[in-house]
Amino acid sequence: MVEIVKRAKALSVNPLKSSQTIGAALAFLGVARAIPMLHGSQGCTAFGKVFFVRHFREPIPLQTTAMDQVSTVMGAGDSVVEGLATICSKSSPAFIGIPTTGLSETQGADVRMAVKEFRAKHPEFITTEVVPVNTPDYTGCLETGFAKAVTEIIEKLVEAAPRAVDADRVNILSGAHLTPGDVEAVKDMVEMFGLRPVVIPDLSGSLDGHLPDNDFNPLTTGGVSVDDIRTAGAARATLVIGRHLDTAADGLKSITGVTDWRFDHLFGLDAVDAFVKTLTEISGRSVPARVKRQRAQLQDAMLDSHFMIGQTRLALAGDPEVIKMFADLGVSMGAEVVACVAPTRSPVLEDLPLDAVKIGDLEDLEKLAKDAGAELLIGNSHCVQSAARLGVPVLRAGFPQFDVLGGFRRTWMGYAGTRDALFEIANLMLSVEKGEVEPYASIYAQRPGEEDAHGHRSPSSHSGLRH
Amino acid sequence: MKPQDIAQLLDEPACGHNQKSKSGCARPKPGATAGGCSFDGAQIALLPIADVAHIVHGPIACAGSSWDNRGTRSSGPKLWRIGMTTDLTEQDVIMGRGAKRLFHSIKQAVADYRPAAVFVYNTCVPALIGDDVDAVCKDAEKRWGIPVVPVDAAGFYGTKNLGNRIAGEAMVKHVIGTREPNPVPDHLQRPGITVHDIALIGEYNIAGELWHVLPLLDELGLRVLGSLSGDTRFREVQTMHRSEVNMMVCSKAMINVARKLEEKYRTPWFEGSFYGASDMDHALRAFAKIIGDPGLVQRTEELIQRENLHLNEQLDPWRGRLRGKRVLLYTGGVKSWSVVAALHDLGLDVVATGTKKSTEEDKARIRELMGDDAVMIEDGNPRALLDMVANLKADILIAGGRNMYTALKARVPFLDINQEREFAYAGYTGMVELARQLALSLESPVWSAVRKPAPWDEG
Repeated sequence: MVEIVKRAKALSVNPLKSSQTIGAALAFLGVARAIPMLHGSQGCTAFGKVFFVRHFREPIPLQTTAMDQVSTVMGAGDSVVEGLATICSKSSPAFIGIPTTGLSETQGADVRMAVKEFRAKHPEFITTEVVPVNTPDYTGCLETGFAKAVTEIIEKLVEAAPRAVDADRVNILSGAHLTPGDVEAVKDMVEMFGLRPVVIPDLSGSLDGHLPDNDFNPLTTGGVSVDDIRTAGAARATLVIGRHLDTAADGLKSITGVTDWRFDHLFGLDAVDAFVKTLTEISGRSVPARVKRQRAQLQDAMLDSHFMIGQTRLALAGDPEVIKMFADLGVSMGAEVVACVAPTRSPVLEDLPLDAVKIGDLEDLEKLAKDAGAELLIGNSHCVQSAARLGVPVLRAGFPQFDVLGGFRRTWMGYAGTRDALFEIANLMLSVEKGEVEPYASIYAQRPGEEDAHGHRSPSSHSGLRH
Repeated sequence: MKPQDIAQLLDEPACGHNQKSKSGCARPKPGATAGGCSFDGAQIALLPIADVAHIVHGPIACAGSSWDNRGTRSSGPKLWRIGMTTDLTEQDVIMGRGAKRLFHSIKQAVADYRPAAVFVYNTCVPALIGDDVDAVCKDAEKRWGIPVVPVDAAGFYGTKNLGNRIAGEAMVKHVIGTREPNPVPDHLQRPGITVHDIALIGEYNIAGELWHVLPLLDELGLRVLGSLSGDTRFREVQTMHRSEVNMMVCSKAMINVARKLEEKYRTPWFEGSFYGASDMDHALRAFAKIIGDPGLVQRTEELIQRENLHLNEQLDPWRGRLRGKRVLLYTGGVKSWSVVAALHDLGLDVVATGTKKSTEEDKARIRELMGDDAVMIEDGNPRALLDMVANLKADILIAGGRNMYTALKARVPFLDINQEREFAYAGYTGMVELARQLALSLESPVWSAVRKPAPWDEG
């Protein structure tokens, strides 16, 4: 039984949490020809934009209803209608997602009503799908906002009408803990079984960092198409990665009746094995030689790295699903999670392979890690400051990663991704020279020119040999 | 904050935008707005005060996406880099417990971090539910005997620009004038040199660039009493009222501070910039002239001559590489002309400059520098900027970080000139860095690599 230790202090210091609002925006960015419009003050969007631009090093399409004093007091429905019309007439997107914010929720905005008004007033923009979602930032975190947006996308777009089954198609609901690189790896695996993956939402199409042919795009330049979402009911199966997507998966299942298989993540031998086995069942094919080879490579890496990773004292900070990934991997390699902090509660925390998880911030993490003598910190770029104070190495994972290039697309999942992660963790542990013995020089040793163990230099004669 | 207070801040008599019908603080348009909110502006303006606990009162989005996100540098305390927020929960909002949480948060910050002062930034949600932040700050100040300054800057009040002014207003109202500066110690006195006190407004020590300038001010005997707010301390801001002259650095954002300090303490001020040799000359001369100390005037001229000579030597090799390259400059306000001068110093052609946030006065200076047919860019949306780059055959776009990836995706060389930049361009020394960065980008072999078609697409 995992003890969930709740927030006990008034002030959050060095926050770990990112808002639900931008989590929802992230999910919407995985739809093709899309742009999210945050319903709030212009700052809600500006901060979100900077957050993603620094993480992905990409231009991020993101707009705002720009609530001001008047609309905040008098009602901001008109701002939603005006904002939608402006975006539609400027760039005719296929999809606009509208995450609400703390401001619009506190004000009591009825964003669904506003979308109805928009439809009545602007029938000319009927080809643009609009999906609002309630994501106030005073509850949840990035992961929950992402999940809510996926749920709304499915509820709003997936067609219930029965369709002819597309024998090769597999739906993949992909969680907030999958990087664009992870999504690519998952697609590769599915394709190797002769199946056609449709990922909802597909960050590997939009935020993988590619140079498009045309010079300017006000919308996402990739991602899952609205049509592919609509026709999810034609798929042979649905694979769900991330327990925060349970509600979305339930929704998809009840609309389409398509059977689903659910996974927390695809990180570590057991998790990937379970996924690959499922693919054999769905496809009726045996495991391709290349996948078997990758598995054998991972096993080899596990043997090589267990010396460094075994008994390592890990400190983890991140959204619940990210913590679950690294806790599972760490424990599967004989490491121990001695400090663990999540920004919010989540059912997945109850299944962590450890005794306690603290709901809190990076100040909490630092204290726990220090008290427990953590040796490696795993978390976002903000953890670098904490790690420096603790004097331990850090492995960057989760959002945001603003001080490195490529963190946004790093592939963790699958046999190959896991192997790379093991090598990196092992190398980080090697760098701290754990278990090295302090040099000791005998008090009787006479070695001219050398410092002794106490930092004193033995007197050396100037007339001595020179090399 | 009451609507009339906001209106008053927007109506800034010293700001050139006031004379025009189109205000720089115009209402944002839903679906077509870029840029930060008032909270963003207020936090940016004050966060570099390094020994203060900066508490963001609101739910997570405000601090969560913005803490430790500033390219400014401190030579001492690191407290400003610690993110602090009340991280309001749904229960706080529904039950109205935000004010109580704030009070305890201040207590926690004071006990754990022993700050010189606490700044509390009010944001949208508590402003909407009516948390009395002023009262909480007063109570907390009394209880713990440490200055607690409210900065009422909810995002829906308006733009980032307004936020800058709100921040300045808070400093004028609560901080500046609350302490007298210490006298200059004897061992720092130099014969024949009278030390004069100055203050900088709107200088943020981005990437440490103030440190290119500060040694020169020290040499001249100009003591920076305090600054808003690059590498400054709370106790220094407190003494800014004793400055003999204030410099508004490179921005109109806190013009209200300069004007109010003039009204309240009769401190003269001037607008200047540390970018480019000619602007550095101008700024240093302005200090000397306004202070009116003949010794200082002479020392300033000698220093300017020496620095320019040295700089010219250093820039010569770069000039050969940069001469004649065409620049499209898109940045706001004062930088629209101050950077032009710097680029001319390097031998570059500026083919157009952005004037979205510039005043008529700024535009007059642009014409002075670039001629009457200077191309001015009013609307800098990404599409328009890229078209302009193509039409004017610009070799490089110099703009704010927001446009960086727009340029890169269009395979256009880019230099970041705004607050997110990672290099220090101020002062004479900064010019060399600017030249180096320009050459780095312009001469990079990647441009031809990303522009040429794949071999299988050729022909």
